[in-house]
Amino acid sequence: MHKIVIAAFLAFAPTAQAHDFTAGTIFIDHPMIEEAPPNAPVIGGYVTLHNNGGTDDRLIQIESSAAEKVEIHKTTVTDGIARMQPLTEGLTIPAGDIVWLGDDGTHAMFVKPAKRYQVGDEVPATLVFEKAGRIDITFKVEERSLTDGPGHEGHGQ
Amino acid sequence: MLVAVAAAGGAFLAFGPRQSPTSAWEAIYAKPFQLVDQDGTPVTQANFLGKPSAWFYGFTHCPDVCPTALAEMSGILEALGADADKLQVVFVSVDPERDTPEIMKDYVEYFDARITGLTGQLDQVTTMAKDRYIFFEKVPLEGGDYQMEHQASIQLVTADGRFSGTLASEEGFETRLAKVRRHIGNN
Repeated sequence: MHKIVIAAFLAFAPTAQAHDFTAGTIFIDHPMIEEAPPNAPVIGGYVTLHNNGGTDDRLIQIESSAAEKVEIHKTTVTDGIARMQPLTEGLTIPAGDIVWLGDDGTHAMFVKPAKRYQVGDEVPATLVFEKAGRIDITFKVEERSLTDGPGHEGHGQ
Repeated sequence: MLVAVAAAGGAFLAFGPRQSPTSAWEAIYAKPFQLVDQDGTPVTQANFLGKPSAWFYGFTHCPDVCPTALAEMSGILEALGADADKLQVVFVSVDPERDTPEIMKDYVEYFDARITGLTGQLDQVTTMAKDRYIFFEKVPLEGGDYQMEHQASIQLVTADGRFSGTLASEEGFETRLAKVRRHIGNN
């Protein structure tokens, strides 16, 4: 009985709990999506990538059955104008370095989500790395911060 | 007092502005427009005068800047408490071809029911943006989709329709909140 209570408690524990995955020498920390309005046509995903290997790697694609497609973008604000561009070369993760998809306006854009994803939901996706290959992960849907920009709370800590 | 300020503003314009751009003094937000709110109700500039306001120009097919701006405005309304009544927050779609009133309703009300969402005909939005020196542009994406380039910051506007400053995400919440408090206190 006790165990069941603890298990139930863990299941409903705060959503910002760390969860991580490993693909070869790439450590994938805290993939998260910020909850969006019910009918949002796009939702943004973020993840921290540690390259513990000796050679550079690249996140070249994200696939997901939970959306029509997933694109890796970078939003820049120049002279007050927001512009979004696809990262056609993907996201480089230098050897020994930590890269946050979320830094500097970078994000994964899930286009036309299959359903409404709410805080606590898990969104399945496959990260495709140039060297480390494919790995199935889940992005956890978390509450959007009312005070800070995308994914600022608890990323990669 | 208000008259004196208005007169001073007028004199300033008449003799040529020295520091601020003319747009800071012209009541560009009092220029006429016709759009619809998230309930499909027609609105004009008159609906948004008489009270300080904060305007954001974005679109719902926007994964980061737009939801962030709206969440941040919702956070500011929360922090203002009862003073939130002194501010009108407006989200104008620069992608009215996709953002119907129904879509705008679900979208803005998710963040805060006190935020007004505006959409309409593309030419109406274009005219409004030009009148207010707001930039937006449709840019094609691969696969036939498109995205909008748009003004990233929130525009603060006085009760009589004059641009008075911006709020930018990178300023941090406390700075933005202080600016808004000053904005609604001075009107």
